[in-house]
Amino acid sequence: MDNDEDYKKKQQHGFGPNRVAEKPKNFKAAIIKLIRYLNKFLPLIIVALILSSFASILEIIGPNRLRDLTNKKKKGLMTNMNFDAINSIALFLFIIYLISALFDFLQGIIMAIVANKFAQKMRTKISEKINKLPLRYFDTHSYGDLLSRVTNDVDTIAISLSQSLGSLVGATTLFISSIIMMFYTNWILAITGITSSLLGFIAMFIIMNKSQKYFNARQIELGKLNGHIEEIYSNHNVVKAYNGGKEASSKFDELNQSVFECNKKSRFLSGLNQPIMNFIGNFSYVSVCVVGALLTMNNSITFGVIVAFMLYIRLFTGPLSQIAQGMTNLQTAAASSERVFEFLEESEMEEEKNITKHLDVDKVEGNVCFDHIKFSYDGEKNVIKDFSCDVQKGQKIAIVGPTGAGKTTMVNLLMKFYDIKDGDIKIDGVSTKELSRENIHDLFIMVLQDTWLFNGTVRDNIRYNKENITDEQIMEACKTVGIDKFVKSLPGGLDYVLTGSDSVSAGQKQLLTIARGMIKNAPFLILDEATSSVDTRTEELVQKAMDKLTEGRTSFIIAHRLSTIKNADIILVMNEGNIIEQGNHEELMAKNGFYADLYNSQFKK
Amino acid sequence: MYGYLNIKYLIQIIMLKLFKNFTKKDYLLILISLLLIVFQVWLDLKIPDYMSEITKLVQTEGSQMSDILYQGGFMLLCAFGSLVSAIIVCYLTSLISASFSLNLRKNLFEKVENFSMQEIKKFSTSSLITRTTNDITNIQMFISMGMQLIIKAPITAIWAVFKILNKSWQWSAITGVAVLILLSCVITLMVIVLPRFKKVQKLIDNINKLTRENLTGIRVIRAFNAEKYQESKFEEGNDALTNTQTFNQKAMASLSPVIYLIMNTLTLSIYFVGSHLIDSASMMDKLPIFSNMVVFSSYAMQVIMSFLMLAMIFIMYPRAQVSADRIAEVLNTNSTIKDGNIDKDTTNKKGELEFRNVSFKYPDGDEYILKNISFTAKKGETVAIIGSTGSGKTTLVNLIPRFYDVTDGQVLVDGIDVKEYKQDFLHNKLGYVPQKAIMFSGSVNYNVTYGDNGKAEISKEKIKKAIEIAQAQDFVEKMPKAYESHIAQGGTNISGGQKQRLAIARAIARDPEIYIFDDSFSALDYKTDYTLREELKKYTKDSTNIIVAQRIGTILTADKIIVLEHGECVGIGTHKELLKNCKVYQEIAYSQLSKEELENG
Repeated sequence: MDNDEDYKKKQQHGFGPNRVAEKPKNFKAAIIKLIRYLNKFLPLIIVALILSSFASILEIIGPNRLRDLTNKKKKGLMTNMNFDAINSIALFLFIIYLISALFDFLQGIIMAIVANKFAQKMRTKISEKINKLPLRYFDTHSYGDLLSRVTNDVDTIAISLSQSLGSLVGATTLFISSIIMMFYTNWILAITGITSSLLGFIAMFIIMNKSQKYFNARQIELGKLNGHIEEIYSNHNVVKAYNGGKEASSKFDELNQSVFECNKKSRFLSGLNQPIMNFIGNFSYVSVCVVGALLTMNNSITFGVIVAFMLYIRLFTGPLSQIAQGMTNLQTAAASSERVFEFLEESEMEEEKNITKHLDVDKVEGNVCFDHIKFSYDGEKNVIKDFSCDVQKGQKIAIVGPTGAGKTTMVNLLMKFYDIKDGDIKIDGVSTKELSRENIHDLFIMVLQDTWLFNGTVRDNIRYNKENITDEQIMEACKTVGIDKFVKSLPGGLDYVLTGSDSVSAGQKQLLTIARGMIKNAPFLILDEATSSVDTRTEELVQKAMDKLTEGRTSFIIAHRLSTIKNADIILVMNEGNIIEQGNHEELMAKNGFYADLYNSQFKK
Repeated sequence: MYGYLNIKYLIQIIMLKLFKNFTKKDYLLILISLLLIVFQVWLDLKIPDYMSEITKLVQTEGSQMSDILYQGGFMLLCAFGSLVSAIIVCYLTSLISASFSLNLRKNLFEKVENFSMQEIKKFSTSSLITRTTNDITNIQMFISMGMQLIIKAPITAIWAVFKILNKSWQWSAITGVAVLILLSCVITLMVIVLPRFKKVQKLIDNINKLTRENLTGIRVIRAFNAEKYQESKFEEGNDALTNTQTFNQKAMASLSPVIYLIMNTLTLSIYFVGSHLIDSASMMDKLPIFSNMVVFSSYAMQVIMSFLMLAMIFIMYPRAQVSADRIAEVLNTNSTIKDGNIDKDTTNKKGELEFRNVSFKYPDGDEYILKNISFTAKKGETVAIIGSTGSGKTTLVNLIPRFYDVTDGQVLVDGIDVKEYKQDFLHNKLGYVPQKAIMFSGSVNYNVTYGDNGKAEISKEKIKKAIEIAQAQDFVEKMPKAYESHIAQGGTNISGGQKQRLAIARAIARDPEIYIFDDSFSALDYKTDYTLREELKKYTKDSTNIIVAQRIGTILTADKIIVLEHGECVGIGTHKELLKNCKVYQEIAYSQLSKEELENG
């Protein structure tokens, strides 16, 4: 008959491609959890759902009154119209339609607010969660996955909530109440209408299931194809230089072809819904008319009943695809929320118990004692086996070793990013087990090799979270590290906004992070010397700045340059995760072991 | 910005530039679908006529059941015919749109494959990826949804309007008003919402950025106890996103109730006006008017729906247009690198590389990146290139495999200008290892034998040997499936140093005449770096090595060191010579090694 239901369906898709219904691992559990997370919003949601049901029920009254209208008119065919009655029915109907639309609108507004507030809450939770997880988590999980949870998954939940839930309840109400009304009006016609639609519904469900299968397949194939495209495009230089083009093309063709097959099938099948729905509508219409005519001829019903039924049939067949679509969306939402909740329920850093001491930044001497430390990442293989070392205040400790030797393990332990199981690290004689993470972090300046700067002004990047820092202090720090001229040369000076890739070179970035460290001012320093390529002059500056930073501080330096290493008070030589030698340059050279080997290797002819 | 419609632009971009990807067969299929759609509309619009007949029969006393069945049968026949042709059209459009994207994607991919670095740089890799993936999907969606709508909606609308017009002007007027109200509602809404939709995308990107920032800086954040600081920054972005998003969805929430209200009211009005028409009509006309009324309300719905569909097309159009535009831009760009035709060795200067007065600047740049560089690397020699960041080292080696072409001067391999070679043939002479080690998803074997070297397939022994020389044997053999172990895309499951070693093994396995190492040892520790180069030297006595390096230690033993500064060659010579007479070299050297170490070396 007409395809207004289709329109509604498209709206749900948000003009987008048919979303793939991902199946959650456990639908029921996910939904229950979702409800639990929604708790604060539940009353509002219930109000919205009631509104939606009311809107549907009001819509169903329409045909019933329309029947009266038609009957009045039918009578008027023979005699004069009873306009009073007709007017009042028309007015009544209009008001009903208006109220129904209003309810529907209110429902939409409420759900939009709820869904977005909820999404906001989820995003906040995720962002806070990131800061509560142990570092271990990030060392073993990819960023991309997490990012997609923050954006895509939360978005999916929000959209499903705001668009599907309301229409799902509305459609169900409409569906059930139209069945009730049909039976209430005339059971013979009701059975006629329902049976004639049934066949179509079955066909539709089969098709939907099938097309879902192809949509899933398409998504997988498309993923493969896009992966290949990404790989070839981003590795363009090697593909070219190694004449990999032909192979890339043939692999592309193969993948492209399978995407084509899935595309064709999924599009075709999903496109069938609408024509089939139309046909069901028409088929039921004819059935109702024929049976209805029989009944009218027997004078068992009035003509108005037929008119009403034509509308009931429409109201009855319409919601079904909406219900199916709503269920699919709900499934997708469940799958998304499973992923979000999974992250939110990751075990957090251990609650800090036995925090009995506090070290004041200004009063710390700067002595560190490593006392028989054993450490393992996985609980099985000990990475650090019984390491002891006394560090006096103001000393320089160089940590050296080949790539992947586990130099960052030392940083992780010192900063209490990971907890030590056996042994102890003592700062000024106080066990770090008795100090809070926050307290320890306050004692350390940490400058890492991967210069972390964020989108923001130079001022914000240097000052960072430290309050009450004047521009003079910031410029002072810049001057100390020798970057003051550069900062002044930037348009806007300290107000210059740093963005991902711009005119600030790697070396200058390094200097900015050192300036940030300067501002912090703490008794200990952890420094990761850059191996990355910066030009010679900047490198000199960086070197000087780093030296400045070590002045008067107990410094742990992941060292790459010989001058640093040779001047260090203690050199810790690491290999395969373990500290294998320790001592100063002369001692280690005399030992003629791993360090000596490492040192000599680069000057051999 | 592109919210308004520019038909001329649409035709120009989509039709001329992209639809040329349609084949003759596609056009035939389109023609068939067009005819079928017209047929379908004809049938769809025929249905209300039968409805009206049935209505009349039902109402007339003494109608024969057989008459009703007869009319009903015809109506079902129409409905069935419409169903069948809809299914066929659906199949055809799926086929057309799928094969359209198949071909378009292929054209795009091959185009990009043949691009030189220059074009890649112009578009940026990530943009090219989105163009080949998302943009094509957008267009395909527009075509598969739009093709039916674009053809069907106007035909239905016009046809139905004609059917309506001669029934009653009052009804037509009501329908017209309804359409107007509906369209103005939809358009107003879109004008309000569409720009905000674009804003939402930016805000989502921002949230992404903030989260990424939080993740990459996690150690720093914790070290500075800056968790709260980061959270409050995130909240700002979160609020902005939520507010815009809520506004949009609230606005969109009004759409469906409004549409329903308009449609319901329209039906009601037609009935209401109908009763007055019937009342004022003569006895004879009353019944036809009544049945007309039933039919009319059905047509009116068709008209409304068609206009809604048209509105949908206009809403979908801008996005498709932007995508079409972006794709057309790539398709219309031609690679600046033209293939030569030499594919055989003709000289006896095998393994010789010469730069003859080479200058280079990017076509869109003003400054020369390289100025007047000349040097020769003879067979078996090692030539090192050193200099600060931005001095043009990488640019220099990129000229050898013709990633870029020189602006002035010549690059000669085996005594022949690289421009005269067939690119495949030229590349087979080279073993290039880029700055950033590149891994493909596939086994270790696959990565080492990657590509085509124009010779026989690389043997298992050769792979093993290459991996051994590249100092990768230890870790490869420790991997779960050794040489068959899977390397993830981008090599994310192995370390930077391991990637570099495999990338080097890949070059070795190729047996090239000339090796190009573009800072390829940077992730290796000194010891591995040293052993690798020693082993390589033993194995490749006859090959020429071009090494770009940062570390003096790496190039100490080179036959010739070229010192670059701001794109100019400021010194050529051995380590000892340069240490004496090249200031820039001295600076670099002293920053890395102590005097005594240098002199010992």
